[in-house]
Amino acid sequence: MGERAAEGLVTGFVMTEKLAFTLNVNGRDFPVRVEPRRTLADTIREECKLTGTHLGCEHGVCGACTIIIDGEAVRSCLMFAVQAAGKRIRTVEGLANGNELHPLQRAFIAHHGLQCGFCTPGFLMLAVNTLEQQPDIGDEELLDVLASNLCRCTGYGNIVKAVKAARDEMRAGK
Amino acid sequence: MNETRAVKWIGQSVERLEDPPLVTGRGRFAGDINFPNQLHMRIVRSNHAHGRILSIDTDAARKLPGVVAVWTSADIPEVPPIDFREGPIEKLAPYRQPVLATGMVRYVGDPVAAVFAEDAYVAEDAADLVTMEIQELPPLLSAKDAPAEFSPGRHTEADILRQGYGDIDAAFQKAHTIVELQLSVGRHSGVPLETRGAIGRYDAARDMLQLHGAAKVPHRNQELIARMLKRKLTSVNVFESHVGGGFGIRGELYPEDILVCVAAMRLGRPVKWIEDRREHLIAANHSRNQHHKVRAAVAADGEILAIDDLIFHDQGAYVRTHATRVAMMTCGVLPGPYRVPLAYRAVCHFRLTNKTPAATYRAPGRFETSFVRERLVDAIAHKLKLDPIEVRKRNAVTVAEMPFKRPLEALGEEIHFDSGDYHKLLDRMLKEVEWEKLNADLARRRANGEMVGVGFAMFVEKAGLGPKDGVNILVDSTGAIEVVTGGASLGQGFETVMAQVAAEMLGVDYQRVSVIHGQTDRISHGIGAHASRATVMTASATRVAALNLREKALAAAAELLQAPVSALDIVNGEVVRTDRAGGPSISLGQVAAAHGKLEAEGWHHAEHQVYPYGNHLAVVKVDPGTGGVTVERYVIAYDIGRAINPTLVKGQIAGGCAQGLGGALLEEFTYNDNGDPLSVTFADYLLPTVREVPDIEIILTEDAPSPLNPLGIKGAGESGINGVGAAIASAIDNAIGIPGAVTQLPVTPQRLKAIIDAKR
Repeated sequence: MGERAAEGLVTGFVMTEKLAFTLNVNGRDFPVRVEPRRTLADTIREECKLTGTHLGCEHGVCGACTIIIDGEAVRSCLMFAVQAAGKRIRTVEGLANGNELHPLQRAFIAHHGLQCGFCTPGFLMLAVNTLEQQPDIGDEELLDVLASNLCRCTGYGNIVKAVKAARDEMRAGK
Repeated sequence: MNETRAVKWIGQSVERLEDPPLVTGRGRFAGDINFPNQLHMRIVRSNHAHGRILSIDTDAARKLPGVVAVWTSADIPEVPPIDFREGPIEKLAPYRQPVLATGMVRYVGDPVAAVFAEDAYVAEDAADLVTMEIQELPPLLSAKDAPAEFSPGRHTEADILRQGYGDIDAAFQKAHTIVELQLSVGRHSGVPLETRGAIGRYDAARDMLQLHGAAKVPHRNQELIARMLKRKLTSVNVFESHVGGGFGIRGELYPEDILVCVAAMRLGRPVKWIEDRREHLIAANHSRNQHHKVRAAVAADGEILAIDDLIFHDQGAYVRTHATRVAMMTCGVLPGPYRVPLAYRAVCHFRLTNKTPAATYRAPGRFETSFVRERLVDAIAHKLKLDPIEVRKRNAVTVAEMPFKRPLEALGEEIHFDSGDYHKLLDRMLKEVEWEKLNADLARRRANGEMVGVGFAMFVEKAGLGPKDGVNILVDSTGAIEVVTGGASLGQGFETVMAQVAAEMLGVDYQRVSVIHGQTDRISHGIGAHASRATVMTASATRVAALNLREKALAAAAELLQAPVSALDIVNGEVVRTDRAGGPSISLGQVAAAHGKLEAEGWHHAEHQVYPYGNHLAVVKVDPGTGGVTVERYVIAYDIGRAINPTLVKGQIAGGCAQGLGGALLEEFTYNDNGDPLSVTFADYLLPTVREVPDIEIILTEDAPSPLNPLGIKGAGESGINGVGAAIASAIDNAIGIPGAVTQLPVTPQRLKAIIDAKR
């Protein structure tokens, strides 16, 4: 959709030729054809139809669109889709193993770490990546990491409790 | 094998029914809703704060491939301005916002044109190509400035609101002392993490107009849209999906909602609009922004005899759906928990400015007045050299005086405090925080050169606005329960709470209950979720409906089991005999299947709102070098009457508190002298992060269940934010050792540093 429209653009200040490439999201290949200017977040949501990645500000502050690319938590609103071609992308839809929730998803439910749930996918992906990279992360450092995303409902206390509980559970399970 | 006792669900902190889709990325927020063949709308907004529209050129935009239409107000002459929710108000009608600016632009962000295109990116490209010629006029940017012309013969002071009682002049003549303050609350707002969104869809075959992405007050918006577009109520339906936070601002009817509806009908295709964050910060309702000149007549012992408040309320560019509600509420609730026996007068100048229009934000009128009232009490205590806690105790309404009536109004009702023991809660809090020791510790730290202090605020909330709400409950043949409400969910846990109440009354597992809300095609009435009324009103109606259903189910089962109703109970979805163990039983699903239909309705009527109450306490540390404030500790004591789900109540309180800290310390919509908004990104409008919010300590009590509903429920939604501005201001005064230093919120580092430096 929008292909005809986009190809017809003659304004000169946007690149309108569509590029074809493949995004690998949660282990699955998605062949896409989008303009170079299309953000990764929009492409994951609209082309791959994975709408769990949310857009809260589109300028890289709120972190609702946080996903994991090749072991790094990134803001998908600040990347173009084409930049992620050939990389391993993980979104919130890939966290659970079938019906079995990830320990962090369980912890968010158990500790009432979400209310409206809009920021939740971003917090989950940020925290999952952190706990995978630094399973022994301390409380203070964890706060620094979590301070990179915004939540407007919970006041954060229960998010912190949930992440600490998941950290302790994941560490004990090792 | 049958369990013999029904499970108690009310009062249990069970896990939320809402969570599984939300933690797995399967939520459906407005941005996730798509319909085949949809168009995307982009709004072209004014870049001028105030001016006359000389021309708008849409030619280049129209020519862009992929663009289907570009509208200005000339294209929709039949669409009236956005109406007031409570019906026409003649005096205020000229100040309503047109759906697209007509003749004038009145704030930066005012919608001037709408672009409809095949693709959201193309719609944005096209919007950039729309140009306009504006004859600039001087902007009016403060409600304290003299009113100016709004339109010929009409000025920007749209109304003057008044509430009061007693003889003010006589009371002030009797005063031992008069304390006078000038206080300001900054412009800030709810700023939910999800921006607004609206998707209009028209089914010509059935002549049915649908608005998706609705929130807060679905049935009222259905009514408003029908009224504005001259359609039958039954040919408009609005649908709420997942909602990414509301806080008062989302779910009001805005120009964009009307535009997607009109466009869906006229262009014959679904039309989707998703707001971007810059738009949100300049287009969605702002709030607060008041200036108070307040004085109190005080007796020698600190008793407040009378209060006289002159208020300037900055409404922004238009009067939106709430009309003067926030200003009127401000006038009515200022005295809070204090008696103020002789006289009270509030006069509020409700003035338009060339800024984003304003309306409600969580605890509207209460965040502001708690700040004003508690500043006043601190000032009284300082002037009379009394203990501020003692002054509060002296003035607070006592339990013996309950119910307490006050000849002032809130939301059109006379204020009747239904129940409460303010002194008991205050003592409980002081004991839990070890008040004496806390103060001694802080004094010691201050003596060691630290700028640390404690602040305190008392408040009364209001909740559960009536007059009535009704709920339908049905059981299907599988035994699943559906509770159909006209309520709304903004993320607060509405479904879980309703399910808990229904489950306990009915005798089923709460996880067997699904709760419908925000779907106007499922129920013909509903109050939505605002004014902390959902749990009080809708849960009370759910209780009645569930009890009615229980009665029907037992009667039907009695026939099937050949047993008297008195010998039956419902336990975990099974109708069982209580008079003999191991007797025959039948599931609710089987009863429903045998009966054909198992369904009941229930209503709750409320004559008056309920008045929960609480205290806030903050401990802060100030960095004298930067003026930065660290909140070391925050404690909230709150009497909820009865908590259906204590964990969810505490979640509401903690979340509200974090927002309050934002409004007290960080968040402010600022403008330059031209009326250009300066807070248009999250880098300028600062929301608190986890680093700015301590773990909120909550003392939740149930000392004063409301006598006005059978479950004793009061509301929870707004208690966490109510007293934050007040407590933080008081704590900062204490920390820097300058009583009364804080007169303006938010206390930004720049402002606080200026206060500290001025003293040096």
